[in-house]
Amino acid sequence: MSPKTTKTTYTLPIGPIHPALKEPVAFEFEIDGERIIDVDVSLGHIHRSIEWAGMRRNPIQNLYLAERICGICSYCHPMAFALAVERAAGIEVPERADYLRVVQAELERICSHTLWAGVAAHEIGFDSVLFLTWQIREKALDLTEYLTGNRVTKAITMIGGVRRDITKDMIPKITETLNYLKDNFEKLRHVYLDDKTFKMRSQGCGILTKEDALGLCACGPTTRASGVKKDVRLDQPYFAFNDLDFDYVTPDILTGEVNGDVYDRIIVRLLEVKQSIELIEQCLDQMPEGDIVSEPKIAKLLSTLKKVKGEGIGRMEAPRGEVFHYVKLDGNEYPYCWKVRAPTYSNILPWIPMLRGEQIADIPIVAASTDPCMSCTNRVAIVDADKKYELNKEQLHRLSVEKTRRLMK
Amino acid sequence: MRFSMVLPLLGQTFKKPFTNKFPVKYAPNNTTKLLQAVGEGKAQIVPPIETPPNFRGKIQYDKEKCIGCKLCIKVCPTEAIEYKEKEKKIKIYLARCCFCSQCNDICPTNCLSMGNEFLLADTDKHSKDLIVD
Repeated sequence: MSPKTTKTTYTLPIGPIHPALKEPVAFEFEIDGERIIDVDVSLGHIHRSIEWAGMRRNPIQNLYLAERICGICSYCHPMAFALAVERAAGIEVPERADYLRVVQAELERICSHTLWAGVAAHEIGFDSVLFLTWQIREKALDLTEYLTGNRVTKAITMIGGVRRDITKDMIPKITETLNYLKDNFEKLRHVYLDDKTFKMRSQGCGILTKEDALGLCACGPTTRASGVKKDVRLDQPYFAFNDLDFDYVTPDILTGEVNGDVYDRIIVRLLEVKQSIELIEQCLDQMPEGDIVSEPKIAKLLSTLKKVKGEGIGRMEAPRGEVFHYVKLDGNEYPYCWKVRAPTYSNILPWIPMLRGEQIADIPIVAASTDPCMSCTNRVAIVDADKKYELNKEQLHRLSVEKTRRLMK
Repeated sequence: MRFSMVLPLLGQTFKKPFTNKFPVKYAPNNTTKLLQAVGEGKAQIVPPIETPPNFRGKIQYDKEKCIGCKLCIKVCPTEAIEYKEKEKKIKIYLARCCFCSQCNDICPTNCLSMGNEFLLADTDKHSKDLIVD
């Protein structure tokens, strides 16, 4: 009698360190043949204690610390922090600064989305498109360097405004770059949306339904690709977005239907690049004259912030979704509390319905399709894995209530 | 078109590369020897792309103008600035500097400014190039 063989599933761990991953995150897949049955994600491999460090620095120093939370959203984080501090201290921002802030935010969106598009091409093994996309992105980076002084760490944020103005002699260079981007946008759209290789790998792959997107609180382009109209710029306008003419980008604008797959996420991001170019043009047209910062003397600003007692939140639509900063000032030199919620935090759970039922080869492109940024998200570091320390939902909820009570004191 | 990258890639064969081959076209076998050869004038370096105006590079310090008010130390996010008690002047460690130029903004006498130099890599963080005073 021969022994009976039964078909079972097996576990495939990927990460925390793996060549396919850009940042450390650990996946545990339950696999049946080539198909993924279930996914478990564990975080906590790259915690950097930035919030802790921020409570030992004054708000001006924190701007540059916040900039280092994320290399690609290096404008959104300090700006959200500045919005939170402005709300806590009741600082009015001049109108011109609001427009300048929009220009920088949209320029960052262009850089981030084109970077993502290149990475997506790389993940499906289409590296020539990666180089083409990043060649175009280089012009946007050159413009960033021209406007702010550096390519990645922009250091343009100041509480109550921005640090650098856009003068009249800068306009020709900006319009030149925007025209270059517009000309090349059609080329990119053609490659990404009409090419057979892209369609084969991305259509019907990594589907996130509208119900799942709503239920799991996905944010940014990930949720818009599933047909949810959610965008902080339109829902709760900040800066000068109220005066600008634009609308939610969902994939049905182009194709007439919403599938919520990777292809739709490519469409949304590419259309947002175009939208950002138009928004910058609108800003340059409508920008009023005036001050760029409410309090040019930084020493004076620091001494006012020292006396402020209050709390504030800053919400912004970062390229990856909604970024949220909470700051509490209690009349000391350093903030009493600083809490950061990066967009990837909401986009981790949607991975599970996206990856279920897909093949192993689709893991990189599906995981990359939410544009994850692990180091922005991590809040806990597990130092000793042997001593197991687990909290259930009730305990976590109790801790959360306790923290809120502590902050309310 | 089904394979839209075919034509651009064929066209690329006849174009110059987009990248600036800095510092040399091919990676040298021995970087130290290459640097020596450049120093002696035997080899040439492909120059880097020029920096735009108002670029934030190596910090410049005008010692004469400095009044020792310590405001720059207060705002420096990386604590890169040290105060010299005796002389009442400052010393900047570029190995810690994050090139935010916040000290330039707060300086009441404008004795600090950002230069254009950005090739500052060094194996010794206390080397002469990395300390401004």
